[in-house]
Amino acid sequence: MELTTILFYLFSIITIGAAAVMVFSKNIVHSAFALMFSLIGVASLYVLLYADFIAATQLLVYVGGILILILFGVMLTTQGHSFDFKTITVNLVPASILSVAVAAMLIFVFVKTDWLISEVAEPNETIYDLGMMLMGDYILPFIVAGVLLLIAIIGAILMATRLSPQTSKPDTE
Amino acid sequence: MINFAANTTYTLPILVHAAIPLTIILVYALVAIWGERKIAGFIQDRLGPMNVGGWHGWAQSIADLLKLLQKEDIVPNNASRFLYKFAPFMMFAASYAAFAVIPFSSSYIGSNINIGVFYLLAVTSLLTLSIIMAAWASNNKWSLLGGMRSAAQMVSYEVPTIATVLTVIIVAGSLNLMTITEMQAGNDTLGFLPNWLIFQNPFLIVAFIIFFISILAEAHRVPFDLPESESELVAGYQTEYSGLRWAMFMLAEYADMLLLSLLGSVLFFGGWNSPFGEFMAGPVWGFFWFMLKGLLLVFVMMWIRWTLPRYRVDQLMHICWGILIPLSFINLVLVALWEVIF
Repeated sequence: MELTTILFYLFSIITIGAAAVMVFSKNIVHSAFALMFSLIGVASLYVLLYADFIAATQLLVYVGGILILILFGVMLTTQGHSFDFKTITVNLVPASILSVAVAAMLIFVFVKTDWLISEVAEPNETIYDLGMMLMGDYILPFIVAGVLLLIAIIGAILMATRLSPQTSKPDTE
Repeated sequence: MINFAANTTYTLPILVHAAIPLTIILVYALVAIWGERKIAGFIQDRLGPMNVGGWHGWAQSIADLLKLLQKEDIVPNNASRFLYKFAPFMMFAASYAAFAVIPFSSSYIGSNINIGVFYLLAVTSLLTLSIIMAAWASNNKWSLLGGMRSAAQMVSYEVPTIATVLTVIIVAGSLNLMTITEMQAGNDTLGFLPNWLIFQNPFLIVAFIIFFISILAEAHRVPFDLPESESELVAGYQTEYSGLRWAMFMLAEYADMLLLSLLGSVLFFGGWNSPFGEFMAGPVWGFFWFMLKGLLLVFVMMWIRWTLPRYRVDQLMHICWGILIPLSFINLVLVALWEVIF
C-alpha cells in the first residue's frame, strides 16, 4: 500500500475517532482535547489534498480557539477530577432524528455525485494567488470581516472592563 | 520538487529525510544541556560539571540521560492517564515537525514548501496546547497554574512574533525560508556588509530586537519562564513527570530554543550564507554557518537566563500588550513605508 493511502486512513481514523470521543465524553476538557485531535486530523487531510495554506491556517486558528475552550473548561470545572460540571445529553430524540437525516442526505449526495478524479498537478504558488485574490477581487469582504472582528474585540474589552465599584481598582495581581 | 505523494519508492527517502533533523536535535540537545551548565558555572564563577568523561565533564548529559532512562515512569493516581502520557510526545512532535521547513544548508531542506514560516508558526502553536495538556492531566495545582500562565503567555506573545515575522516577509516578499535565505546571498551592502536582511533596512534592527524578546517568551526562557518558575511553582507543568517523559520535555524545550534561534538566523542573519561572500561558502560550510548563527542566539538566550531575574506575571503582560505589540505594529508600517520609498 502506498504511504499516502496509509496516512489517509490513519488521519481519517484519528479524525472520526476523536470526534466520537468528543461527542460521547462526559468530561468537558477531554472533549476539548478530542476536538483538537479531530481538527489536527482534518488539517492533515488538507495537506494530503495539497491545500497546505488551509491546513496551516486550520492549525493556527483552531489551536488558539481550543486553547481558550480548554481554559473555560478548566475555569468551569472544579479542581482535579471531582467534576461538578459535566456535559449532559439533552433533546435526545430530535437530535437523533436530525443527525440521521443529515447523515442520510450526505450519504445520498456522496453516492449520487459523479466525482471527478484526476491526477492534478501540484499547484506551485497557492499563497501568491490567494494573496492577490484577497487583496484584489475580494478586498471588500476581507475588510468587512476585519472590521467585524475589530468590533467584536472592542465589545469584548468593553464588557471585560466594566467592573463593579468595589473591584474597580485592580492594581495588584 | 519531487512529488512524494504519487510514488511508493519515496517512502524510504522520506524517512531518511525525517531522520536528519532528529539527529541534529539529539546531538545539539546533549551538547546544549552540558553547555548551559558550563555557561551557568562560568557566569556564576564556579566550575559546573567537571568529573564525568574527563575533559570538563563533557559526558555529563550522556550520564544524565542514562540515569533518566532507568527512572521509574510514575503516573499520579488521579491523573488523566492518556493525556498525561501523551503530552510529552506531542510537545516534542510539535517542535520537531517545525524543523521540516528549516533550510539547514543550500542543499538540504526537509520540505521546500511555499508557506514555510506560516507552517512553522502554526505547528509551534501546538507546543502550548501540549503544555496545558500536561498541566491539566497531571491533576496538580502547581502544574495547572503553570499551564494557565503558559496559555496566557503564548496568546499574548504570538502577536509580536507574527508581526515581526511579517515585517521580514514584507521586505523579502516570500514565505519560503529557502527563498528568503537565497536572496540574502552576496556581500555588498554599503560596500562591505553581507546582504543580510538586518542590514537592509534600519527598522529591521528594531524588528529583530522585538522578535528576540518574543521568542524568549515563546521558548519559556528566563526572564519569561513563568510557566515553570521553580521558585514559585515547583516545576510548573513538569512537576509530576519523571524519567523518560520528563526527558522528552527537556528535549522539546531545547529543540524549541534551537528552532526559534534558527528561524531568527534565517529571517535576519542570512541563514546558511557565509558572512564573507564567496569565501567559505558551499553546502557543508553553509551548514556550519547556519548552526553557528543559531547556536550564537541560543548562547545569548542562556546568557540572559543566568543574568536577569524573572518578571512578574503583570509585568510580563504589560511588556507584551503595552510595549511590544504597539511597537511592532508601528515598525511594520515604517518598514512598509521604507520599502515603498526606497
